[in-house]
Amino acid sequence: MDQLHTAALDATRLIAAAATLDSLDAIRVAWLGKQGRLTEQLKLLGKLPPEERKATGERVNQIKALLGDAIEARRTALEGAAYAARLASERIDLTMPGRNGSRANLHPVTRTLDRITDIFGRLGYQLADGPEIEDDYHNFEALNFPEHHPARAMHDTFYFPDGRLLRTHTSPVQIRAMKGRTPPIRIIAAGKVYRSDSDQTHTPMFHQVEGLLVDETSNFADLKGTLKQFVSAFFERDFEMRFRPSYFPFTEPSAEVDIRWDRADGTQGWLEVLGCGMVHPNVLKACGIDAERYTGFAFGLGVERFAMLRYGVDDLRSLFENDARFLAQFA
Amino acid sequence: MKFSENWLRALTHVAADRADLMHRLTMAGLEVEGVEVLGEGLDGVVIGEIIEAEKHPNADKLRVCKVAVGTGEPLQIVCGAPNARAGLKAPLAMIGATLPGGLEIKKAKLRDVESFGMLCSTRELGLSDDHAGLMELPEDAPTGQSFAQWSGLPDASIEIKLTPNRPDCLSLRGLAAEVTALYGLTPNDAAQIVVEAMTATQRSVHLDAPADCPRYLGRAIEGIDPAAPTPLWLKERLRRCGLRSISAVVDATNYVMLELGQPMHAFDLDTLHGGIAVRRARAGERIKLLDEREVELDPGFLVIADERNALAVAGVMGGFDSRVTATSRNLFLESAHFAPAAVQGRARKLGLHTDASHRFERGVDPELPRQAIERLTQLIVEIAGGLPGPVVEAKADAHLPSRAPVRLRAARLARVTGLDLAANEVERILHALGLRVRGFDGGWEVVPPSQRFDIEIEEDLIEEVVRVHGYERVPTAVPRGEIALRLPPEAQVSSAAMRAALIARDYRECLHFSFVASSWLRQWGMAEGAVALANPLSADLDLMRTSLLPGLVDALRRNQARQIERVRLFEIGKSFQAGDPPLETPRLALVATGTAAAEQWGVPAREIDFFDLKGDLEQLFALTGHAAAFSLRPARVSWLHAGRGAEVLREGRVVGFAGCLDPRLAAELGLPGDVYVAELELAALAARELPRAMELSRFPSLRRDIAIVVEKSIEFERLERIVRETLGPLLREFVLFDEFAGKGLPENTRSLAMGLILQEASRTLADVDADSAVQSVVAALERETGARLRG
Repeated sequence: MDQLHTAALDATRLIAAAATLDSLDAIRVAWLGKQGRLTEQLKLLGKLPPEERKATGERVNQIKALLGDAIEARRTALEGAAYAARLASERIDLTMPGRNGSRANLHPVTRTLDRITDIFGRLGYQLADGPEIEDDYHNFEALNFPEHHPARAMHDTFYFPDGRLLRTHTSPVQIRAMKGRTPPIRIIAAGKVYRSDSDQTHTPMFHQVEGLLVDETSNFADLKGTLKQFVSAFFERDFEMRFRPSYFPFTEPSAEVDIRWDRADGTQGWLEVLGCGMVHPNVLKACGIDAERYTGFAFGLGVERFAMLRYGVDDLRSLFENDARFLAQFA
Repeated sequence: MKFSENWLRALTHVAADRADLMHRLTMAGLEVEGVEVLGEGLDGVVIGEIIEAEKHPNADKLRVCKVAVGTGEPLQIVCGAPNARAGLKAPLAMIGATLPGGLEIKKAKLRDVESFGMLCSTRELGLSDDHAGLMELPEDAPTGQSFAQWSGLPDASIEIKLTPNRPDCLSLRGLAAEVTALYGLTPNDAAQIVVEAMTATQRSVHLDAPADCPRYLGRAIEGIDPAAPTPLWLKERLRRCGLRSISAVVDATNYVMLELGQPMHAFDLDTLHGGIAVRRARAGERIKLLDEREVELDPGFLVIADERNALAVAGVMGGFDSRVTATSRNLFLESAHFAPAAVQGRARKLGLHTDASHRFERGVDPELPRQAIERLTQLIVEIAGGLPGPVVEAKADAHLPSRAPVRLRAARLARVTGLDLAANEVERILHALGLRVRGFDGGWEVVPPSQRFDIEIEEDLIEEVVRVHGYERVPTAVPRGEIALRLPPEAQVSSAAMRAALIARDYRECLHFSFVASSWLRQWGMAEGAVALANPLSADLDLMRTSLLPGLVDALRRNQARQIERVRLFEIGKSFQAGDPPLETPRLALVATGTAAAEQWGVPAREIDFFDLKGDLEQLFALTGHAAAFSLRPARVSWLHAGRGAEVLREGRVVGFAGCLDPRLAAELGLPGDVYVAELELAALAARELPRAMELSRFPSLRRDIAIVVEKSIEFERLERIVRETLGPLLREFVLFDEFAGKGLPENTRSLAMGLILQEASRTLADVDADSAVQSVVAALERETGARLRG
């Protein structure tokens, strides 16, 4: 019995030293297999005197359990090492670039437009639309620009031979939105407008967003508050702002809105960003709205200017050159 | 409008400093656009009188002058100006002075002769760019006095951007009235000038178009000195207001226009034949204008005429033949009121924009002409002498603008502005603006002055009150009205979603002008039905685009020229077609060239082909929830490759095109490789179906793959339809996984390998049933297309 015990202790050393699953299995077969040493011992138990049978049996079973545990532990260790080795052999360079990614992005003007319409959408303004080829009535007359009035000269207009024109502002959408609708009205119109002017600060086509609110309570203070909210939301910061009296035929009183802006050279200056005013009673009347009962305000802004300020674009024309290298910056 | 600050101050006694003045003007709606400071740093510059000018002993172009400066000995000054001569008075910078350009005056030696100061040109004094010679001062300039003090310096030229509703501020008098109102100062009543007639010479005036010209005043002045120079003070005021000196008579006329706001005209009396008529031009009537252009008029123009000819286009420009020349001794002055409607658009029609037309188009005070003609007479006589005749006035009272009273209700003022103003503040403002005010219960009735053309309704008064009170003092609030919740319908794919899908597939968004070159559209064969601009900016922007593709493809070419080989761009925008009204169609267009995928490791580079493009389009189709509604069939358009161009249909209607750009067109456009393009109507991509959930089969599916050999002319779509129709609901999924042509197959045939995934809804599909279903598919394909199973 002691012999067996000593041999078993040797075996545990062999188990611990087994380098492969195969050699480990050979030890298991030699000891625990059908003809293994311990199996043979157990078979001999019956031949032992009854008084020894129990103690010997327990002893053999103890050794069996000891070897079984040792083999199992070694197997787990060997399998773990093998698995780790396999994974190590499968290692890749994680820093190499990913595959098939898109590097494209929105045009900065669209990005800006989306942002502006989103802000006003949250304030309850609904998107409205109108044609880009307009008639004189919607672009000028209904907006209180009489024919030949010098205010028309503020708009360098593209005409078609039939007298139609390319809308010079998004304001005609106001007329289209108000006609046949009863207040309350909250709309914004966003889109392309055209002026026959081209230099460093003008392109013959650009984008405007126009807002219009008509109801029974709105006033100039509401207009100021609305535009302050908008400017803060758009730029995500507060600005010193000023509302400066101005003139648009379709609003009265009218204002231009300046913000206090940090210039590139470190100084500050006023920068015009919006035009606005209370809707002129003549415009409400032209749309069949009772100008005594309802008041409203309207505002308009140049999308490119907001894009340029927000993203640091210096040259307006670069927005329409469609140079992929330029556009790629706005991802 | 550019004006001299000092002149304005002389008319108002305003004490505020320049910065405050500019701020107040801006915040009252008279936006200051620029300011140019004049004559600062002229300490040490005095009026010098050259008493001797000798040739410099060592230099041909220099003179050695003795210059008197009042007290003490005359100074010796070496001077190179060509007009340096004995008797001339000119500004002299004394030793120790530092001129605006930074030049420090020191005792100097020029070619061995000492010089104790510098005689100056206007440029050296920072007053203008003129450097032709010394600034010549009048004989009566007080020798030795400070030049700055004597000439009203320092001063500033302030430029304001006047909106078209404020023509009353196109004069110093008008500006002074505004400043007076803004600062609450007492108005300066200008003395009424009357210059008595010294002769009986006069011309009759007849108002033939009294609505266009309800008031016309004329006056002769005879015997002026045509060579009389314009006094320096007057020249200076003109210059500081942005006008150049031309001649004494013209300068005086401009001066009165600047001072009072009345544009006037002087004719050479001797060129006039008989009386003056203010009438409409006759059709085809011609006149040579002051700018020496001969123009043809029509009855839309108002002219000033004598018995023979039109002499001037009223309110726009005088005629060449009746102009005042360097030898004219006898003048006829005109001071009239032309109605804005009689002038508006006329100058522009003649390609002109004049100081007169600018003012008359906007409105000039109808009560001003008499005061102005007296002032002009006074100035001309003062400067050039001459004997004035009586003022002849023709007027048509019925047509003179009258200012109707306008009511302002206190409650309305508060309602529109959100501002609670005390009644006395409102009254203070109205009075300060020179309005006649009469109170009534709950408001005021106001009569605007004759120079205000912009006060017609209550809102105009509201603006005036708030403007003077200060927009910055209006509180800020937010609209209280209810907000209606209105969202875009879910059954519509937003353009934002389409953009996102395209960006995910590596297309970059572009924006192009809506107008393109007609030559371009013709090259593409897309010029038909294009809408042409009447006044394009240039010949390469003359047609409204009928398609977004020419612009996008050009952007692609320009990007390739910048060494970007793989370019993928898209744009969403309108295209235009002639019609009544013209047709505007929102479209989505995309273009791609180069490799299918961006250059990267582990993916073999391959040029883009039609099916890459189609895959991109299918991504868009999928957004509609009904991709099966879209189909492609061969297209015959000149700009697409005849074998690789498709029409895109949705529910059988053509909604766009897709394919490879015609190689010949591509070559003409300077594009070396294949360019894939597509353009679709946005509306067709936007209509979306809402999803509807169906019960899923719980039973296992079976897959059967078949490979058939079929003639190349048989389109896949047809094969797919046969498969689908034959299998009906048993077919859960259908996939094409290979195409092969060539070795081992008969000519003009190809092999297509397809996977059929079959599934029963209510039971497990048996192998035999699947096999027999496949057999029936093969049979149907063979029957209808001659396809055979590939052996």
